[in-house]
Amino acid sequence: MSPKKKKTDDLINFTIDGQPVQARPGWTILETAEQYHIHIPTLCFHPAVKPWGGCRLCVVEVRYGKRGKVMPSCLNPPLAKLEVFTHSERVLNVRRWVLEMLLADCPASKEIRDLAREYGVTATRFTITDPEEECLRCGRCVAVCNEVVGVQALTFGSRGVNKQLDTPYRVPNNACVACGCCVTVCPTGAMSTRLDLVRGDVSRRTGHGFAH
Amino acid sequence: MERIKSAAQLAGLQKKLLKAQDPKRPVVRVCLGPGCLAQGAAMVSQAFKSTIKAKKLRAKVQPLIKETGCHGFCSQGTLVSLSPADLFYVRVKPEDVEEIVEASLVKGQVVERLLYSDNGARYKSAAEIPFYKMQQKIILKNVGIIDPLKIDDALMAGAYQSFAKALTQMSPEDIINTVSLSGLRGRGGGGFPTGRKWRRAADIARENPGPVYIIGNGEEGDPGAFMDRAIMEGDPHAVLEGMIIGAYALGANKGFLYVRHEYPIAIRHLSIAIEQARSLGLLGQNILGTGFDFDLQINRGAGAYVCGEETAIIASLEGRVGEPITRPPYPAQQGLWNRPTIINNVETWANVPHIIDKGAKWYTDLGVPYSTGTKIFSLVGKVKNSGLVEVPMGVTLGRIVEEIGGGVPGQERFKAVQTGGPSGGIIPYEFKDLPPADMKPARVGLSAPVPISELKKLPVDFDSMAQTGSIMGGGGMIVMDNRDCVVDVARYFLRFLQEESCGKCLPCRLGLKGMQEFLDKFSRGQGSVEDIDELKSLAQAVGDGSLCGLGGTAPNPVLTSIRYFRDEYLAHIKDHKCPAGVCKDLIIYRVDPKTCNGCTLCVRNCPQDCISGRKKKPHTINNAACIRCGACMDVCPVGAVIVE
Repeated sequence: MSPKKKKTDDLINFTIDGQPVQARPGWTILETAEQYHIHIPTLCFHPAVKPWGGCRLCVVEVRYGKRGKVMPSCLNPPLAKLEVFTHSERVLNVRRWVLEMLLADCPASKEIRDLAREYGVTATRFTITDPEEECLRCGRCVAVCNEVVGVQALTFGSRGVNKQLDTPYRVPNNACVACGCCVTVCPTGAMSTRLDLVRGDVSRRTGHGFAH
Repeated sequence: MERIKSAAQLAGLQKKLLKAQDPKRPVVRVCLGPGCLAQGAAMVSQAFKSTIKAKKLRAKVQPLIKETGCHGFCSQGTLVSLSPADLFYVRVKPEDVEEIVEASLVKGQVVERLLYSDNGARYKSAAEIPFYKMQQKIILKNVGIIDPLKIDDALMAGAYQSFAKALTQMSPEDIINTVSLSGLRGRGGGGFPTGRKWRRAADIARENPGPVYIIGNGEEGDPGAFMDRAIMEGDPHAVLEGMIIGAYALGANKGFLYVRHEYPIAIRHLSIAIEQARSLGLLGQNILGTGFDFDLQINRGAGAYVCGEETAIIASLEGRVGEPITRPPYPAQQGLWNRPTIINNVETWANVPHIIDKGAKWYTDLGVPYSTGTKIFSLVGKVKNSGLVEVPMGVTLGRIVEEIGGGVPGQERFKAVQTGGPSGGIIPYEFKDLPPADMKPARVGLSAPVPISELKKLPVDFDSMAQTGSIMGGGGMIVMDNRDCVVDVARYFLRFLQEESCGKCLPCRLGLKGMQEFLDKFSRGQGSVEDIDELKSLAQAVGDGSLCGLGGTAPNPVLTSIRYFRDEYLAHIKDHKCPAGVCKDLIIYRVDPKTCNGCTLCVRNCPQDCISGRKKKPHTINNAACIRCGACMDVCPVGAVIVE
């Protein structure tokens, strides 16, 4: 057996929206779809960081034999003979509701408004608590700071509905190296107005510990 | 204490303890379970000790006072049982203790007024009471019997015998086989076959040598549920024994007990039990001389409901934020510190010694196919006999609620049972309109779905419960009557879940809030009929879109209540009425002038001072100032306050 032959053996054959596709071992459904230019929307996935699966816009319906399930495509690797549907009724139902709720949660974000319009969602029935809010707590900034920069200047505070982007122990910190990675990866631009909250008083930097 | 070095020595110790025990010596067991403690059980126990001391009883009748775990019959607390006389006293107050000591212990008589009575019948012994008679106690066998702080007491009751059998007579493979054959399914709510989980972890550990971990999940957070608490407080050694057997089967040397911080007594009892087992050599190095090492430690949960989810427990134990992560890989493949990890509920662990002791066949005979063994339920709400109930799987819902629970107190009618905690469903007690076709298909090989008109004949097992759209869950059962509004109940559970959601997935974090907004609207009598279907569609999206069990099952109360009680939703929206008289924006309180005898009790108790009327004259409520607290209704001696 030639090495080339073996390589094709390893590929996973499955279908996305009826189109036969092949995935390399280790690829997720989302990565495979991207290779074939099949568009799956997502707000929290970023190639620089580990998939987190928070925004749930990348959900797809997966049928394997008689069983059907809705799952996020960014986290799940495909199986051979899997049938994946990126725009089934159940999938669109999740996306539309998430987008409508996002319109109420971060009404100031143009990116979310545009994406919602793509799915026919233009208005929201839910209560808008903060008209200025842009952050959807997707976790990209926290992940990039932790995994790529390696400084952990950012974290999530509180839980559930009260979940907020914050600094560890809620104090501005010296850990922040002002690299701007968090601003770069932010899908809505919310981070650009928050960077100063993280790095604290630059003039009092000592190089160690907290400056607060 | 001397370390036990072999199985024979353990058997010898048990024999010695049993021999030293005087079977004629009176034993007084005072229930110190959560319900009785709240009723003052600690004072009752203290009163027994001081009275007996003061009376200077002769050595022959000098009784042994045992402070035990939950007896189960919580609505009748404080419970005291006397043996060998086999007497069972209910609602014991500290001032009754002297009479009990005088009559029952000294003279051997019965204190009639403290016996449990129902429908004119008086019951002397616990076994005759219908509440206990229909139960089959296996896991709770020693709970309420032994003193949980004394390992000697547990040993006399037969604890650690299965453990000796497993370690000396069975191979790890045998144990996994027995557990698989027994059909034991996870008691935490998921219902995953325990044997299959163990097998998976054992296979992976074999291919990829290294440490294996086991975890006992005691993070019981459902409102109104206290099954795990009763086991951990009343018979901690059963949990320990199950875990040691599991550790031996899987080759684990380290185990963790993850117990919620809100259970200080459970943590204390488990810590003492671990300490005692360690000093006896039942935990530690070279257990029973077999060369097997295992130790346990307790980790306290910091008050997050979501940390009952297995991947969140692992995150919490590793020191990360307690948020679930996606599965697969399952913890059995890649769990704590990326090693195979078995997480079972403490009730599941407590089942293991019994299966090892009596065999898989005995266990499968107990329940129904696919749901074997017994299950503990905490029966609470509008039910006469509330408490802890252990029954074989497959017993009907009607039997649990009506015969064991004794039905609804007062004149009201049964309405529904909420099973499986906040993410379970609301099952109507009687319903005739929906055809069986509406039910989810049952597991292959099971009988046809139960026709919905006979829902009270619904067998309580994992698959039948799933058919109704509810879940078995941890075993909470909240009974509701006609005074409970399903819209309000669904709102209550949503609020709980919303507070407990970790906030990772958008459908759960925002969706629960969104669903709550819909329900708030309904409870104010607003919204349209289409909104009910919109809410259903949102609930579907939350269920489909969320990662873990919390978000995945969170829509259940909403979905089942819409399915079975659509009329009630319509009454809120179309007629702006709350049929149960609960939703404050839709009700008014009124005094019926014909019935009112003018006692002024309501006038004096109204916090808003909005009831007027003189003595002996009918009163009137000023509805503009009324806050619908219902205080007038509660105090009215003649039932003249009506809610509309």
